[in-house]
Amino acid sequence: MKTAAPTTLVVNGRRLRIPAGDRSKNLLTFLREDLDLTGAKRGCGIGVCGTCTVLVDNKPMRACRTRVADILGRSLTTIEGLAAPDGSLHPLQKAFIDCGAIQCGFCTPGMVLAAHAFLLKHPEPGRDEARRAISANLCRCTGYQQIIDAIMAAAPSYKKKE
Amino acid sequence: MDKLNEKAWRNDAAAKVTGRARFTDDIKLPGLVHAVPVYSDFVHARLVDVDTAAAAKSRGVVRVITARDVPGSNRCGQILKDLHVLADDKIRYHGDVAAVVVAETRAQAIAAAQKVRILAEPLPELLDPEAALAPDAALVHEEHGTNLIHRHVIRRGDAARGFAESAHIVEQEFRTPFVEHAYLEPEAALCRVRDDGVVEVRGSMQHPYSTRRFVAEFLGLPLARVEIVGTPLGGGFGGKDDTAALVCARTALAAWLTGRPVKMTYDREWSMRESYKRHPYRMRYRMGVGADGRIRAVECRIVADGGAYCSVSPWVTWRSTVQCCGPYIVPHVDGEVLSVYTNNVFTGAMRGFGSPQVNFAIEQLVEMAAEKAGLSGVEFRRRNMVRQGSTTVTGQVLEGHAVSMSEVFERVLAESGYEAKLKRSSRGRGEDDYYGIGLAMSYRGVSLGAEGTDFCAAVVSVQFDGSVLLEAGIHENGQGAESAMILVLAEELGIDRDRIVYRRPSTSAVPDSGTTVASRATIMGGGAVSRAAAAVRLQMAGAVAADLGCRAEEVRFAGGRLTAPGGRDVGFAEAAQRLYRDQKYPYALGVFPAPRVDWDESCGQGRAYFTWVYGCQAVELTVGRRSGRIRLLNAWAAHDVGRAVNRAALLGQFYGGMAMGAGYGLFEEVAMTGGRLRSLNYDTYRIPRSIDLPEMNAIILENRDPLSPSGAKSIGEPANEIMAPAIANAYFHATGRRRFELPIGGEK
Repeated sequence: MKTAAPTTLVVNGRRLRIPAGDRSKNLLTFLREDLDLTGAKRGCGIGVCGTCTVLVDNKPMRACRTRVADILGRSLTTIEGLAAPDGSLHPLQKAFIDCGAIQCGFCTPGMVLAAHAFLLKHPEPGRDEARRAISANLCRCTGYQQIIDAIMAAAPSYKKKE
Repeated sequence: MDKLNEKAWRNDAAAKVTGRARFTDDIKLPGLVHAVPVYSDFVHARLVDVDTAAAAKSRGVVRVITARDVPGSNRCGQILKDLHVLADDKIRYHGDVAAVVVAETRAQAIAAAQKVRILAEPLPELLDPEAALAPDAALVHEEHGTNLIHRHVIRRGDAARGFAESAHIVEQEFRTPFVEHAYLEPEAALCRVRDDGVVEVRGSMQHPYSTRRFVAEFLGLPLARVEIVGTPLGGGFGGKDDTAALVCARTALAAWLTGRPVKMTYDREWSMRESYKRHPYRMRYRMGVGADGRIRAVECRIVADGGAYCSVSPWVTWRSTVQCCGPYIVPHVDGEVLSVYTNNVFTGAMRGFGSPQVNFAIEQLVEMAAEKAGLSGVEFRRRNMVRQGSTTVTGQVLEGHAVSMSEVFERVLAESGYEAKLKRSSRGRGEDDYYGIGLAMSYRGVSLGAEGTDFCAAVVSVQFDGSVLLEAGIHENGQGAESAMILVLAEELGIDRDRIVYRRPSTSAVPDSGTTVASRATIMGGGAVSRAAAAVRLQMAGAVAADLGCRAEEVRFAGGRLTAPGGRDVGFAEAAQRLYRDQKYPYALGVFPAPRVDWDESCGQGRAYFTWVYGCQAVELTVGRRSGRIRLLNAWAAHDVGRAVNRAALLGQFYGGMAMGAGYGLFEEVAMTGGRLRSLNYDTYRIPRSIDLPEMNAIILENRDPLSPSGAKSIGEPANEIMAPAIANAYFHATGRRRFELPIGGEK
């Protein structure tokens, strides 16, 4: 049985129909320019720095190296979709603030999403695992230590969910 | 006292963690067009023609701009006006911009940029600074008459006598490479000409006031007609001075010529190609030590590659001159520090500003000298370090603040267990991977020192309802400067920090306060805020003192209330309202002029900085016996910051500074061939990842600085400038081999 290729994309919980002309677009450009979701940043454009990290079905992906067509039919989460609909912060976002994990903030959206994807799968991480979990995301400001603090601080809130 | 368990706080954290914070490239304006730079493939050439005809006809192109279109001065610079905003006479390095293409979309602009043809006659390429000093060398800037940008000297005592009195002499050459700031946000600018005739500039830059100068001169406008509006910045580390201002100037010209709002956002490759780097240094040092283990004399000759433009080379190398002997007492010094034009990428400000290079040399040299004198590095440092009342190598007596060199040093020794671990260090022996611990220390002159006029302004305006607006001439670079100033103000006015809004500063609202560099944000900005708060306190206290039955100066500001010694009190908002009813404003402009310094350039002597920060860092590592791979195990840092204003942000500076220093020590290096960069993105320029770093231990020392109105000093650069030599010393204690050139290696 053949199924029609999907033509929609769920972005932060909302299903969007993607016009044919947009499907070949670079996902990062599409998010930033067409949807005005500018939380994902373009830091390198070659998939190395991680500032464009978004989650596709809760797995981290590099938006700068992805075409819209590659993820049609799937569920996309950007940093704008992490807080509750009423605007209250996700426990991980609170932990980033409380632990001093934010400086210039340019890596923060990608870093939070990478950490979120990790904690969904590993709600009881050791510090070393948390350190490894963000090794694909660059930060030039913090030395990562307070980001790791934040991941460890937020972890219990993930366990409760299960 | 349990401040360590306090939750961190920043005024911009919620916006940044939700993606709401709008950096320059995130902002859109109606009718926006996009600009991109055009480079040539020359490294040094005489420019014949920039042919824009084909590009101008390309799809979507609005305008192609070259030096011919500049209405004002095409030359700018903070010290020498040798930067050509758009190449006109020559190409001086591979990152020179010859044209700017403006098009309806960024993709169209990029496509059209390929069609600009640059005709030029190649000139001899000067890629080695010492060769560039040869009398017959070609000149990078003919009108400068020489490739020597600047030469600083330092002469104290009689070096020849000092060496004659020495029982031990060590001599060594050290080298450091070009290093990239690697801020995660590439350069970006967004400009429009407003209906009031003002050119409004937003951009990724850390020095709004000099950007304003660059833009105004380039467009031929008075300063009042250019307004730089503060915008979140994705990292600077000293790197968003000149290049960022040039990007703003070119974008402003595009807006001026097209009448449309213009955005120019750099690709990483353009950013790395064009932006200035940390200076590579070649340093020849000689140190003489007496039989008593005390340093008698130091001689040094340092050559810094300034690249194609002066930028702030004379200031960077000045700090190297002042700090060339590290935090040690040396009676006889003879040194010179040269900065030289070449056709390499130009070099300028980067976190540390001339200190990371000399620290790499001197902190190894003292250990080499100690060994020769039969002393441990620890004992040698104890004998030679500066203490309260010591005279520095520039003749400055260290007084008026706590000289805590010994305090930070001993704390790091104790908390790292240094001496026991040093005994366990392999020194190239054993079967397993080599293990070692090492340390380095420094003192660092705070703020600009004798580099130039140093003062800062802040405006505090209490509103009718008791809420407070604060603006200061300090830029938020991501370090938390705004939050620090809010916290200083909250404390001074005795109100909750949530009552204060930090208004994104505009160059049109706050007087020129200089650049947010030199770790001066907290000390200078905080100083100005303290001064403004003191004035507002006096105004408010004066209005209610009679009612409270006391004198104005007796009124205490705490808990959101103004309280007399007898206990009668009035709410903060009520006191503000009283002033308004009396037709007075609770409003003040606070100014903090840095205390006086003095300098004699002819001999490199003087009171260089008004105060100093003392710091020490240690690191424990292993080196793979076969792989040569260096793994950092633990790191410690102790810095006397005067006063911790925002503890979490302060820790962030400790960790971030150590991390950047670790990258400098281990693997950071801009690769170049024939003046062309091979490191153009994060795949070819490696910065530390989380897994490259150890757990870091921060030791905060607080000796309130009497010369700082807020009591606070600095941390951004102190934290960054000694990790590389600590790693080098640990590497030696592990392997028994000294490394005199950075980076000292990762995998081999």
